[in-house]
Amino acid sequence: MPQIPLTEMKPGQSGTITAIAGGQGLRARLQPLGIRPGKKITKLSSVFHQGPVTISVDNYQIAIGYGKAIRILVEVKEK
Amino acid sequence: MRKIVLVGNPNVGKSVIFSQLTGARVMISNYPGTTVEFTRGELKTKAETFEILDSPGTYSLTPTCRAEEVTAELVDQADIIVNIVNATNLERNLFLTTQLLERGIPMVIALNMFDEAAQKGIKINPEKLEELLGVPVVPTIAISGEGVKDIVRSIASARKVERNPSSDAERWSEVGSLVGKVQVVSHRHRTWIEVLQDASLRPLTGIPLAALVLYLTFKIVIGAGEFIHDVLFNRIVFGMLYGPLMNKLSALLGEGFWHDVLIGQLVEGEICFEESMGMLTTGVFVSFGLVLPFLVTFYLLLGILEDSGYLPRLAVMADRLMHRIGLHGYAIVPMILGLGCNVPAALAARNLESKRERFIACTIMAITVPCMAQTALIFGLVGRYGGAYLAVIFATLFLIWAVLGMVTDRFMPGYTPSMVLEIPPYRIPHLSSQLKKLAMRLNHFFCHAVPYIFGGIFFINILYTAGIIDFLAALFEPVVKGLLGLPGEAVTTLLIGFLRKDVAVAMLEPLNLTPGQFVVGTIVLATYFPCAATFSILVRELGVKDMLVSAALMIVTSLTAGTVLNLLLDRLLPPLHLAAVFVLLALLLIIAAGGTSDRRELRDYESYLLKGNRTQKAGLD
Repeated sequence: MPQIPLTEMKPGQSGTITAIAGGQGLRARLQPLGIRPGKKITKLSSVFHQGPVTISVDNYQIAIGYGKAIRILVEVKEK
Repeated sequence: MRKIVLVGNPNVGKSVIFSQLTGARVMISNYPGTTVEFTRGELKTKAETFEILDSPGTYSLTPTCRAEEVTAELVDQADIIVNIVNATNLERNLFLTTQLLERGIPMVIALNMFDEAAQKGIKINPEKLEELLGVPVVPTIAISGEGVKDIVRSIASARKVERNPSSDAERWSEVGSLVGKVQVVSHRHRTWIEVLQDASLRPLTGIPLAALVLYLTFKIVIGAGEFIHDVLFNRIVFGMLYGPLMNKLSALLGEGFWHDVLIGQLVEGEICFEESMGMLTTGVFVSFGLVLPFLVTFYLLLGILEDSGYLPRLAVMADRLMHRIGLHGYAIVPMILGLGCNVPAALAARNLESKRERFIACTIMAITVPCMAQTALIFGLVGRYGGAYLAVIFATLFLIWAVLGMVTDRFMPGYTPSMVLEIPPYRIPHLSSQLKKLAMRLNHFFCHAVPYIFGGIFFINILYTAGIIDFLAALFEPVVKGLLGLPGEAVTTLLIGFLRKDVAVAMLEPLNLTPGQFVVGTIVLATYFPCAATFSILVRELGVKDMLVSAALMIVTSLTAGTVLNLLLDRLLPPLHLAAVFVLLALLLIIAAGGTSDRRELRDYESYLLKGNRTQKAGLD
């Protein structure tokens, strides 16, 4: 299964978060929002030129800036 | 008195429940980060009177910004916790709940937005949840008040549970199994509002939408504000009713001190509401004739933007732009609030993660975002010379915004981390809550701004009478005249500007300036220093040391901008051309330069990866 950063997913693609490539601080910031390994997410959209990525987790939507999104690794379901 | 603290994730309706419980009026909006300070209230039940505290929203008890620090401190003081949970995102909300339960404080859970969850096909069994968690669980629909009485009733039976501290992983697995037992989700079709929700987040539809929303907002504020000011106030109230009354009073008072203070100086034997500088003439005119019409229309539209849930989407669309000046998308919120009043804007910066970005956001906001009171005066007074001069003012502010942002981002160490922002669903704003919010904001204007307007005008008259103005004018003439090309007396506007910027702009009027000089004066006034109310908040939020740095930036910026404008405007270029040059220059800078934070953040990631590889290799050996 290919594992790619959130920034490289295509809008509409779903996958499972496998890792947060960052220190304790970043994980502590993302985890309480439900962004943690094992969580299923769908990428909704992203703004071009290193803009933020929007994902949907469960029933809510979260926008993540490029610098953080690139550190979120996702295992993508192949179609 | 026992303390009840309301705790929950951002934007779950804590403030709505707080106002239902206490009757107190608090700001309520549909975006995360509306509440940044705690609000105190009282809850009277038959048995006991409680002190009740509304806290800023947080996702966990380990704070990640200043607003969340406030909440962590409040939880420590709580005798009873009311944990507000968003029923539409049970899993994520219960993570905080497990952290709270471990504190061993008696607790009640309000399962809010129960109706919205049902609409989304989410069915939760509150009794079962209560049984599993061991504390009372009450379903509520805060906005209509449903279930609020049940919260009050269950406070008496608030219980604490014995729990051992667990790791985050254990918490998530517990939450996961809880949700599996109490919640059933059935699939629903997407509603039109959800389609619009997604469209406003996609760049191809979202960016034009953002541009349209901002354009319409400003168009309506300016159009409606000018209409009310011009037709209703200028012609009818001041022209036909209040004006003649003041003329009578003027004749009655005769010459002397009280005439000067109340009516002010006559211009060609007549009262001039812009120039006379009396408390009852210019004071009343500035407060009600000029500022109020713009303030009402701006706050009406801001209220709609806030409650619809559009602001976080605007933050997403603005993220790239804000990154160029060392901030991220969410910093657009303090910038927009600042267009109303800089005080709540400086407070809203508490939602930003790092000290660095709070400094940049507060400094840039205080320098380049004029509050609505100031803007109203600029439109009212500079607008008479034509739109081109207005364009120069706002183009200059935009250029300063871009340059200052890039410079601070470049020279401050570290970087601004990218944003993480929950995007709430769109909701249709309620008329009643809109009116309540407008009333709160206008009340603030009448209680905190209008007295300063009158005080400022009274102060000017004292200064004139005591001859202090002539003294100061002579003292500062080299700077004011030499660099800025303004008459020495203009220095007093800076003195008054510390009290109220709107009055200070009005004070430029009797100086008989050319349109170009008026523009220079306005820019210097807008940028040189925040008003006293904003200043006191900034000192508190940034600390004395950072505020000194910020103040130095303000003064340097202001003198530079004033001097440059003095040299260029009308001497070298006509206003419209100069405005165009400034805007182009700013855009060019934004596109070509800046983004230091971006580069540093990515470099940080690269070095993290390198370090990771090295440890992996070490592991292999």
